[in-house]
Amino acid sequence: MTAPVAASALPTSPHAAARAPRGSGVDLTGTAHLLRFVLRRDRVRLAVWVGSITLMYVYFVGALSALYTTPAERQSRAAIMGTPVSTMMAGPGYGLDDYTIGAMLSNEIIGWVAIALAILNVMQVVRNTRAEEESGRAELVRAGVVGRNAQAAAAFVAVVLVDALIGLLTTGVMIGGGLEAPDSLAVGLSTALVGVVFAAVGVVVAQVTEHARGATGLGLAVLGVVYMARAFGDMQATHGSWLSWTSPIGWAQQMRAFVDLRWWPLALHVVLVVVVLAVGVALASRRDLGAGLVAQRPGRAQAAPALRSPFALAWRQQRTALLWWTVGLGLMWTASGTYLEGVEEMFTEVAATSPEVLELFGGREQLVGGFLAVMVLFGMLLAAGYGIAAVLRARAEESAGRLEPMLALPVSRGRWLGAQLGVATLGTVVLAVTTALTLWLGAALVGITDPGLGTHVEAAVAYLPGLAVYLGLTAALYAWVPRAAAPLPWALLAFGFVAGVFGPLLDLPSAVTAVDPFAAVPRVPVEDLGAGSLPVLAVVAAGLWALAFVGFRRRDLPVG
Amino acid sequence: MTSTTPGAAAPAIEIHDLHKSFGAVNALDGLDLTVGVGEVAGFLGPNGAGKSTTIRVLLGLLRADAGDVRLLGGDPWADAVPLHRRLAYVPGDVSLWPNLTGGEVIDLLTRLRGPADPRRRAELLERFELDPTKKTRTYSKGNRQKVALVAAFASDVELLVLDEPTSGLDPLMEAVFTDYLREVKAQGRSVLLSSHILHEVEKVCDTVTIIRAGRAVESGTLEELRHLTRSNVDTVVTGDPAAISRLPGVHDLVTQPNGQGTRVRFDVDADHVGGVLAALGQLGVRSFTAAPPSLEELFMRHYGDAPDASADRAAAGAR
Repeated sequence: MTAPVAASALPTSPHAAARAPRGSGVDLTGTAHLLRFVLRRDRVRLAVWVGSITLMYVYFVGALSALYTTPAERQSRAAIMGTPVSTMMAGPGYGLDDYTIGAMLSNEIIGWVAIALAILNVMQVVRNTRAEEESGRAELVRAGVVGRNAQAAAAFVAVVLVDALIGLLTTGVMIGGGLEAPDSLAVGLSTALVGVVFAAVGVVVAQVTEHARGATGLGLAVLGVVYMARAFGDMQATHGSWLSWTSPIGWAQQMRAFVDLRWWPLALHVVLVVVVLAVGVALASRRDLGAGLVAQRPGRAQAAPALRSPFALAWRQQRTALLWWTVGLGLMWTASGTYLEGVEEMFTEVAATSPEVLELFGGREQLVGGFLAVMVLFGMLLAAGYGIAAVLRARAEESAGRLEPMLALPVSRGRWLGAQLGVATLGTVVLAVTTALTLWLGAALVGITDPGLGTHVEAAVAYLPGLAVYLGLTAALYAWVPRAAAPLPWALLAFGFVAGVFGPLLDLPSAVTAVDPFAAVPRVPVEDLGAGSLPVLAVVAAGLWALAFVGFRRRDLPVG
Repeated sequence: MTSTTPGAAAPAIEIHDLHKSFGAVNALDGLDLTVGVGEVAGFLGPNGAGKSTTIRVLLGLLRADAGDVRLLGGDPWADAVPLHRRLAYVPGDVSLWPNLTGGEVIDLLTRLRGPADPRRRAELLERFELDPTKKTRTYSKGNRQKVALVAAFASDVELLVLDEPTSGLDPLMEAVFTDYLREVKAQGRSVLLSSHILHEVEKVCDTVTIIRAGRAVESGTLEELRHLTRSNVDTVVTGDPAAISRLPGVHDLVTQPNGQGTRVRFDVDADHVGGVLAALGQLGVRSFTAAPPSLEELFMRHYGDAPDASADRAAAGAR
């Protein structure tokens, strides 16, 4: 039964052995088998990604064509896109003077698609490399006739195939929607290539840390930097500054698809992929299986006196991650806060040249306040993501078999779940407050003192009931339907993001956006704290939390 | 089978007709199990027989579908927290928090149960040769097992629930484990030891319950179980051994010419030993050895047979 397998890939004959590379070179023996394995293992998850991104294009192309039928409607959209908030969220603003559907797509959508693809690529590569090493499964595979670089190569190639498929399908959707074929291809290719760049980034970060979680975090941090460079570069100058050109996401947008297409930025992507992959291979040849480049030290022989409760244990497990999230997001939001200065400048400029446009946006308060509101929304979406991940640690504890010894102690189920949720809530609140404080700090550093610290904090505090809904939903699902505990909250968060960012553009019906827990949150300072339905959110959150505790006390814990 | 120790308090563990299914799979199908106070009870069965499911029911991690389960006189589901103060558990496959050291995990586990003796902790670490400063993610399976064993033996509890506790330990460490188990037994504490390492059970257990496919197929003291089974006889006789093979209760007889006569080997059912000895007396015995059946043989007999046959035997044996 195994004979054909062995014949095709394993160098069993002397002839094959002579072909296999020796020493410390790249060894890809067995890649083809592993590639098939990866594609088979992840077929459902990859199909969901491919399907949702393609469907998103179908929806966007259709909705934009239906919503913006006249030039006047399109130009009013273009006017909004000229503001700093929109520039930060969308792109460098090519084609604003004749804002066609294609230009709209190119300016407003592809940056986000590139981000989605980057996340997919980092997670996918880490999942099939470092996570496999961490679990010990890689050892089993590497003991077979499998080259040193085969697992990373298979993980990389698999996700590149997915990128290519997504690129082709989305190109087809755009052409099918009546857009120009070459420009559609440019959009499809360039977003796919941003994905490939981050697949290569995934290969590198998987070498650096011993843990999949750390590697994914590092990869996403790189994505954050790349996004910020693009956003701030585009805010500095019309059609982007030098800073925009440091970002692979910027390169995709700088192809000026549907406006004045140029192909050469694609070459930048290709060069970067080659360079990053070379770094990954060099790092890989320097380390042992299972080891990171950062070594471990011996720890304490006795536990600190405080380590005597489930809460202390959960805190001990999550504090490092929380520290890095706080530092990383704090830096990011401080930098973002400094851009209130740019908003202020643009306001002065617009006020001098065309006061009527300023009037359209409701004056300074709406411009600067709107920027702040959008920043806070982003910050809270990130905090919600942290919260979901932190609650899901409970599920990880259970499936890793670490819950069983805990509950064999005199620890009640309620106490244990309370500890998990308590630490998750603490971390989420810390991140929400950090977002508000550092946004204010950044603004204050460049001399913008209005809106003040109180407004910043108020804007963030308004989201706490919404955040509690995300935490409670994840916990309740974990308690009642553990299998759905990961996919559903993440899907809801992705929807909340789309609704929050594209809701105004797509004019989504309110029955649909009501599903988004943040839809009921007032956007302080543009809206009043009393404007939303915070009490309703609070009641929903309390109900979900109660459900979580009731359900967790009742259910079997069969995983060992 | 209940109240094997007359005059004792309520048994440490008392399970009657326990049922538990996961979907269509019947994990436990009318299991009975009793562990008296101060008793070391072996719990034997192949993988998938339902040993771990039984233990998870005892720990209140799973809710029984039907049947009576009493643990230290309480209900394992409703009274989990107070009951867990009085027991320690060692799982068969120990997962630990990867960023904690072994020492930290031991302290955490013992502190949550109650006060622990630091001298005993130090002694256990030394006897089990465990380095407590290493992060648990660097531990081998055996070392993770040691962490759980140290935490369990360091606690002064009434009942130890051990689910294949020596898997991954080398023979030296198994011997250390057996020593501590004897100490626990000498202190009058109760132990439920699930295992398929039979000589370990044979060495320390007072009673044995053998389970298969979710029900107890045999249960009793080691002596009681041996009554149900055959002894191995190896003897050299000068007369003609053909008569022996015709006796009731004699199985698998093999003869072999020998310098002194004929070497005869056979198994004999416990209740026919007398007749066999009388017959042998007529044949001029030159040498004679009879060995009690090892637990391995008991075990093989149960799992070599069809389930119905072994269930019948269990029912017949109980009479």
